[in-house]
Amino acid sequence: MKKKILGLLTLMATMLIATGCQIKGEVMNVVGSSALQPLVESAGESFSKIHPDLYVNVQGGGTGTGLAQVQGGAVDIGNSDLYAEEKSGIDASQLTDNRVAVVGITPIINPDLKVSNLTLQQLSDIFSGKITNWKDVGGQDLPITVINRAQGSGTRVVFESAVFKNGEKAIKAQEQDSSGMVRQIVATTPGTISYSSYSYINDSVKTPAVDGVVLSHDTVVDNSWKIWAYEHMYIRKDMQKERVHEFLNFILSDDVQDNIVNKMGYIAIKDMKVEKTLDGQVKSIE
Amino acid sequence: MNDPIRESMLKKSKAAKRETFGKTISFLAIAVIVAVVAAIFYFVASKGISTFTQNGVNFWDFLTGSTWNPGSKGADGKPLVGALPMILGSFFVTILAAIIATPFAIAAAIFMTEVAGKKGTKILQPVIELLVGIPSVVYGFIGLSVVVPFVRSIFGGTGFGILAGTFVLFVMILPTVTSMTVDSLRSVPRHYREASYALAATRWQTIYKVILRSAMPGILTAIVFGMARAFGEALAVQMVIGNAFTVPNSLTTPASTLTSVLTMGMGNSVMGTLSNNALWSLALILLMMSLIFNLVIRWIGNKGGNTK
Repeated sequence: MKKKILGLLTLMATMLIATGCQIKGEVMNVVGSSALQPLVESAGESFSKIHPDLYVNVQGGGTGTGLAQVQGGAVDIGNSDLYAEEKSGIDASQLTDNRVAVVGITPIINPDLKVSNLTLQQLSDIFSGKITNWKDVGGQDLPITVINRAQGSGTRVVFESAVFKNGEKAIKAQEQDSSGMVRQIVATTPGTISYSSYSYINDSVKTPAVDGVVLSHDTVVDNSWKIWAYEHMYIRKDMQKERVHEFLNFILSDDVQDNIVNKMGYIAIKDMKVEKTLDGQVKSIE
Repeated sequence: MNDPIRESMLKKSKAAKRETFGKTISFLAIAVIVAVVAAIFYFVASKGISTFTQNGVNFWDFLTGSTWNPGSKGADGKPLVGALPMILGSFFVTILAAIIATPFAIAAAIFMTEVAGKKGTKILQPVIELLVGIPSVVYGFIGLSVVVPFVRSIFGGTGFGILAGTFVLFVMILPTVTSMTVDSLRSVPRHYREASYALAATRWQTIYKVILRSAMPGILTAIVFGMARAFGEALAVQMVIGNAFTVPNSLTTPASTLTSVLTMGMGNSVMGTLSNNALWSLALILLMMSLIFNLVIRWIGNKGGNTK
């Protein structure tokens, strides 16, 4: 019995030491949007190579979590797909916005569907439930199954604000809580349509053109592809840690923007020829 | 005046010291557990109630409303937080899974205890214990890639819905219900069986008239236990039920459960807002339901104890 207790204590001690080793040095905590997570993880690894004593801990959890945690001071940086002003319960005046990338969001459909172009109006009608069969938009005779992201998801808010121009309401439909899950279901279920950020797209789903425009780096930068949003990294206005500011500058540096951001399916901020304001107005940058 | 006997009588012996030490340790452990449980109850309750006190949602509307959209307001200016679709969804999958699982569990348990003998038990016992140990995400994944396409090919639609959820939960609670039923069948005293055989009853008559009857409270406990597990299961169900916040009108259209809404919504809402509070209210309902399941199990247990 005594031996067992002793063994248990040793085990606990080793675990403590082991975890202690891991967080030796400085830790920077980044939490939030899952759309932005892969980019920040990759940038964090490169940053740790330059600063070996720093560990950048990146977690998902959603836009809401990211903004709430950074506002409460629990983490250093909060990742968000939305402007802090758009999220209820967040006091945007306490936070500093850093737009680090742009992400294009595209409708995705089941690969067996014979539809290769949809208009914004058709998208609006499909997602608000006015069109319920693919034959009404030039496809085969098959009922449309809409799959939404969870309510409050950043991707969903961006998609709906681009598509629902006249205050349409989304139909009650299936909801899934991650981009990966949505892609998996759309790939395998006949007649499904959903939407996803460009960084999650692969060959298992079909991405129709919208109003004749195909999503690519070049169509987003001049706003001919309309469904896109900034990816934000928020910090508190009173953030003291030098390393956090350094990390944000690092992500905005040309090296990261050219080599990591553009390669991972996002679009570098400096490439953008237009700017979108908080209320959705698009202006071209001189 | 150094009397060793007197001294040893007045001083605490080593064994007595050990006992105090052991008592303190176990008391501390219990105190921590009780404190944690009380803290969880307080936290969930205080958060869950604030939907009704701070945000002014009518409790009755919350239970019977059928539109769930905490982010926006309805035509009457009140927040759209109707939890009826999830409450119904949770109850449907739980009850259906229990209804399907019970006959299988009882049959398997009878086979293991009465028919198969030692050899059969030796093979079946590990199989069932293995099923208990499979993580729920694995069940969900199998459900997503096998059960959902299967339901889709037979019944049409997308395959997501209460039926798929029921199938997955059925497999998940089957081992729990089976092994608890086995225990309760084993605890039927040997002389019941012997007396029955002595009266020239056949094996089937003995099983049906004597063993099952006297093990009934234990079997009921097993079923309720399985239901409690099904009611609280989140991940596997969320993967196959489709998560549509509509009042279920068929077994093969997408529906949602209390747990699936919770896991989906938590990351997308901010603490202190209505969307977040409404989720806490759902958590409170879940907590109350598991409390009720526990009370039912205790009640059945007591009842069984009295008749013996």
